[in-house]
Amino acid sequence: MDLRYSETDEQFRKELREWLATTLVQVPPEPGPHDWPARRAWDTDWQRRLFEAGYAGINWPKEYGGRGATLTEQLIYLEETTLAGAPYIGVNFVGMMHAGPTIMAEASAEQRSEHLPKILEGTEVWCQGFSEPGAGSDLAALSCKGVRDGDEYVISGQKIWTSFAQVADWCELLIRTDPTASKHRGITWVMFPMDTPGVEIREIKTIVGSSEFAEVFFDEARVPIANRIGDENDGWRVAMVTFSFERGTGFISDLVETNKMISELVELARHVTRRSATAWDDVELRREVGRLQARMDALWAMTKRNLSQAERNGVPGPGGSVVKVYYSELFQDLTDLAMRLLARAGLSRDDLGELASGSFVEERLRSTSFSIAAGTSEIQRNIIAERILGLPREPR
Amino acid sequence: MDFELSDDQVALQEGVRSFLEGRFAIGAVRGMEDQGGIDRARWQELADMGIFALRLDEADGGVGLGWADAVLVFEELGRALVPGPLVWTHLLAGRIPGAATGEIIVGGIERDDFSGIIEFPDGIDVLVVLDDDGIWSVDPGDLDLAAVATPLDSLTPVARLIGPLPAGARIGSADDAAALRLQGAALVAATLLGIATATTDLSVAYAKERQQFDRPIGMFQALKHSMADMFARAEVARGGVYAAGVTLDDPNVGSVERAVAAAKFVAGEAAIENTKASIQVHGGMGYTWEIDAHLQLKRAYALDPLFGGRDDQAEVVADLLDATV
Repeated sequence: MDLRYSETDEQFRKELREWLATTLVQVPPEPGPHDWPARRAWDTDWQRRLFEAGYAGINWPKEYGGRGATLTEQLIYLEETTLAGAPYIGVNFVGMMHAGPTIMAEASAEQRSEHLPKILEGTEVWCQGFSEPGAGSDLAALSCKGVRDGDEYVISGQKIWTSFAQVADWCELLIRTDPTASKHRGITWVMFPMDTPGVEIREIKTIVGSSEFAEVFFDEARVPIANRIGDENDGWRVAMVTFSFERGTGFISDLVETNKMISELVELARHVTRRSATAWDDVELRREVGRLQARMDALWAMTKRNLSQAERNGVPGPGGSVVKVYYSELFQDLTDLAMRLLARAGLSRDDLGELASGSFVEERLRSTSFSIAAGTSEIQRNIIAERILGLPREPR
Repeated sequence: MDFELSDDQVALQEGVRSFLEGRFAIGAVRGMEDQGGIDRARWQELADMGIFALRLDEADGGVGLGWADAVLVFEELGRALVPGPLVWTHLLAGRIPGAATGEIIVGGIERDDFSGIIEFPDGIDVLVVLDDDGIWSVDPGDLDLAAVATPLDSLTPVARLIGPLPAGARIGSADDAAALRLQGAALVAATLLGIATATTDLSVAYAKERQQFDRPIGMFQALKHSMADMFARAEVARGGVYAAGVTLDDPNVGSVERAVAAAKFVAGEAAIENTKASIQVHGGMGYTWEIDAHLQLKRAYALDPLFGGRDDQAEVVADLLDATV
């Protein structure tokens, strides 16, 4: 077991730090949360800067224009960009992390050369059409249908939780092409152009008031059969391919960000007075902060173990579901502690004077989604219990 | 960076595990209750395995390994519930003659410990006392002790000090004592990690076998999710504990104080929470002497306070944060 970074790694870190220092000052101010065209422009501007500097697709293989970085370099990249406050992947997320990797693995040479370079340079934005009102945790129960008509699929139905649908060019779309087959067997994966007639997008207002999710309605929208990735009715397998790209780097930015927040919480506690002392003088509050930090440190170490296992064996350790369950609940505990600390200052989502309180209130609300999105904590616990511990499957 | 076990470490882990499965199976461990938790012949076998001499130089009769290796060994000792003052004897090997070879059994206490509890009063040959001025060696025969009829853990017999704690002979400096506390905390954390893992395994095996409502109880989500949480706590603790071992070996990779305090906290939490959950998974049987879960729970509670319990470690982490933020 060795936690030292190699000289090559340290050199990579140094160059990245220098590039971030000179580049971040050129990034224009972040647009407001509801101005989606401006957000797309801002996120893709960052993607273009990454591309020009050779940092785009840090995890993509070199043959598809990525950097093909080692997992340790990816860790450093995510750590440094987060510490420096660089823009998050934003609207580029689905293209870079889901659709792109699926296209690499399953698409034709022609489809790859059409899409991958554009995703990488930030000129093509993707969204995901997987979940439906009747297919959440049970994704394979999806019913949005695609009926063959000549050389086209005619698509009717509804998708939900589609992030960035308002500004996406393409959608990775799962459709039901064989309603008679068992539910995993009759699904097809298609690349769907979002400017196709017959598509209606309705924004969903979340509990924080944000609008990144949308419902997408399809009314006899036509897409060429040539846009299919993989075989007809083999879409479930194609969709699962994406997950095989997961190498345990998924939560690194979040962990780094959370460490920053714990430090901010300490700073906040020094400014909050209770009775005649500051909150930070309260030993029980200090212990609570200490507990959260200790769990974070151990989780960070476990993440490094997962990466090392993935580097050696090609697959990460039993980490994915463990990190997701543990982290999302830890972060919810952290923001709850912040609310107790803020007391009535928590009634404001704007920062109060010098008190950097607003972001904690915002995060308390936002983090309620952590244990729901991308596989609920209940589903993750089923995965740990059944796939790792080998407990008998529940009746399905 | 490669935070996976090396081939040598895997071999070490497997070697110790298979030795303990053979010589310290749970039946044998339970049998040591009548001997005050220490069976001299078996203690000698532990010494012959190199448990105590592990980190001493080969020139001094040791195995020449580091803290990361020691952590793996103590995880196995915890998993097998091997009783006795293993951590103290290991830490003092090289400082107290005979400890490394198994002839001398070493116990220990902090001088300002309010409880006056002495572990293994009839088994230890030397009592080591830590204070702000250093490490001190005390002859257990000089202690004025009152018997404790019912210890928490039947394999960790204790007595209560009713007279003054003798000054003893100074065998280490204040710095040595401070270093020893950190090392001890890391090894106890590793032992707790072993318990957290073993009790998860015990629960999972039981939940696959035990049938109610015509199905294995492990099929029910309420229990399945409890065991998923046990696994998560143990795996997170493993990250922390291994990192503490690596950091003790090479302080350039991080703060030793922070790594050890975090490890001790998460390992204590994992051991206590997992053994509690394990008894719950076992239902009525979990409340019986027959099932091993109570031995794990009691050992977890017996070990957690050593070198600072969960609250102490949380405060240490907060104090270290205070200094850096």
